[in-house]
Amino acid sequence: MTPADIEDPRGSGRARFGSSGLPHVVKRVGGFAFSLVVTLFGLLLVTFLIARVVPLDPVLAVVGDRATQAQYEAAREAMGLDRPLAVQFVDYVGDVVTGDLGHSNLTSRPVVEDIRRTFPATLELATIATIIGVMLGIPAGVIGAVNQGRWPDHVIRVVGLLGYSMPVFWLGLVALLIFYGQLGWTAGPGRLDVTEQFIYELEVTRVTGSVIIDSALSDAWDVFRNALAHVVLPAGVLGYFSMAYISRMTRSFMLEQLGQEYVIAARVKGVPEWRVVWVHALGNAMVPLITVIALSYAGLLEGSVLTETVFAWPGLGLYITQALFAADFNAVLGGTLVIGAMFIVMNLLSDILYTLVDPRAR
Amino acid sequence: MTEPLLSVRDLSVTFDTRRGPFHAVRAISFDVGRERVGIVGESGSGKSMTGRAILSLIRPPGRVEASRLTFDGTDLRNLPERQMRRVRGRRISMVMQDPRYSLNPVMTVGRQIAEALRVHGRPPRDEIRRRSLDMLTEVQIRDPERVLAAYPHELSGGMGQRVMIAMMTVTEPELLIADEPTSALDVTVQLEVLRILDDLVRRRGMGLIFISHDLRLVSTFCDRVLVMYRGRIVEEIEAQQLAEAQHPYTQGLLNCLPRIGGGQGDLPTLQRQDAWSHA
Repeated sequence: MTPADIEDPRGSGRARFGSSGLPHVVKRVGGFAFSLVVTLFGLLLVTFLIARVVPLDPVLAVVGDRATQAQYEAAREAMGLDRPLAVQFVDYVGDVVTGDLGHSNLTSRPVVEDIRRTFPATLELATIATIIGVMLGIPAGVIGAVNQGRWPDHVIRVVGLLGYSMPVFWLGLVALLIFYGQLGWTAGPGRLDVTEQFIYELEVTRVTGSVIIDSALSDAWDVFRNALAHVVLPAGVLGYFSMAYISRMTRSFMLEQLGQEYVIAARVKGVPEWRVVWVHALGNAMVPLITVIALSYAGLLEGSVLTETVFAWPGLGLYITQALFAADFNAVLGGTLVIGAMFIVMNLLSDILYTLVDPRAR
Repeated sequence: MTEPLLSVRDLSVTFDTRRGPFHAVRAISFDVGRERVGIVGESGSGKSMTGRAILSLIRPPGRVEASRLTFDGTDLRNLPERQMRRVRGRRISMVMQDPRYSLNPVMTVGRQIAEALRVHGRPPRDEIRRRSLDMLTEVQIRDPERVLAAYPHELSGGMGQRVMIAMMTVTEPELLIADEPTSALDVTVQLEVLRILDDLVRRRGMGLIFISHDLRLVSTFCDRVLVMYRGRIVEEIEAQQLAEAQHPYTQGLLNCLPRIGGGQGDLPTLQRQDAWSHA
């Protein structure tokens, strides 16, 4: 290695002097694309192996338990399960890369098609829940930190703790009972009522897969209102959990930042206290918060299984659950793959956002 | 002597802890005119707390009490927060110890300097820019345009502290509190930063409270020195007459300094007596 190969730390520092974030983001995306491929490959390996380890027989699920041994073997051969594992894996990777996740026994449709139908519902739910969690959780955490040890802090902490400790299916059922059953303020389970579902099928063009956005784009305001009434409860329940987590993290990040010297420096300058808190301290607390929000979002995509079951929300979580009960392997693996990929994408996204918020990370 | 710029009588800073009250500053009194006053003392002697108490930056559980705390005729005690903010930064400012921590890491230097100007009467954009650039030139930054767009982590320690000085004096305050402004810097740049600070104070005719643990530095840099020990001022002395200091603590501090060409023997250990903090 020649001395020229050794990067001069001061030299690279000068090169980045006063630079804006964008070119580095582009460079980062390139680097991340590589790690994305590697991680996805690992994910494929894991899902593939899970399928071979679980004590469920996919062949039996197809032929039924009254099939003869010959029929069973024939089916096994037809499904390619008699070949060596390595060959099966290469085959599996090839299929996934070309967008073939196999056929679902449960719905007798290609798994890809099922995912394309159910995933937007999950995405819609998790997105609204995360928006609720961020909009409430960050202010709550900031207010808690500013009033550390006084009553607003205690109230926020207790509310958050309740969110943490109540099981989601119970909270979902209670919410349904009160707001739908007793008060009638919201719509019940599902994404739409029967009438609106009918209009949706006929008149609304699918653009994003989100009923709310698509119906608004198609000027189908009855469907739009009905969809909102349906999403309020499940999104509220999930948003509550997200809020509890985000507010707790925000509080602790803010406490750390409010003890920093630059906060005092800002006060010395005569900066009003609201600006010291919401601009100076929160601006710095956002750096670690971005990762927290991204992971909590990914967690909602995955963790909405119970919520989707309680609210009969036709999303990926419900699909995987039903597939699991029916030993529908292709469906389970496809769904797992999508959720795993979402985790990777969210991580990537948080890393990119991170560099936008924190100049030191560029 | 005319009315002093800052007049402090019986200033106390107390922290209520679970193990009873802790007295950081105990009833100290002093005046500062348009002159350079040094406050020296060991860590924990209350010198930084004195500076922060003047700007009412002590937050609970800390308490500040004084029988008099006036700045240019304005009583700073119990001044409403809104009016205190007009004093802070605008009329009394403070340079802090370490630019690595006292500059906001996610804001550009330009925005941080502009903020100091903007919170005191929103001048137009081009005026903010012009004044920021002038101020950076004044603290001898060669490439002010580039520094304005830089983030604090892209600056060296000496540059960071010059930016800090620029940010805290761009509003042309009448009194500047410099709290250990060179302690976090390399010895080689300490002198440079001190010279810039000295220049600025002379040219503007600002009052300066220079807080440091370095007695020699303070004596060459200031007109008058207050020596603090455990929250009390044990001696007040003209900088030139430091050699004739009366108080045993000041003498002790002076004796602890090694001298070039002095004896090769061990330096004496600093003597401390509880009685001094009750004086």
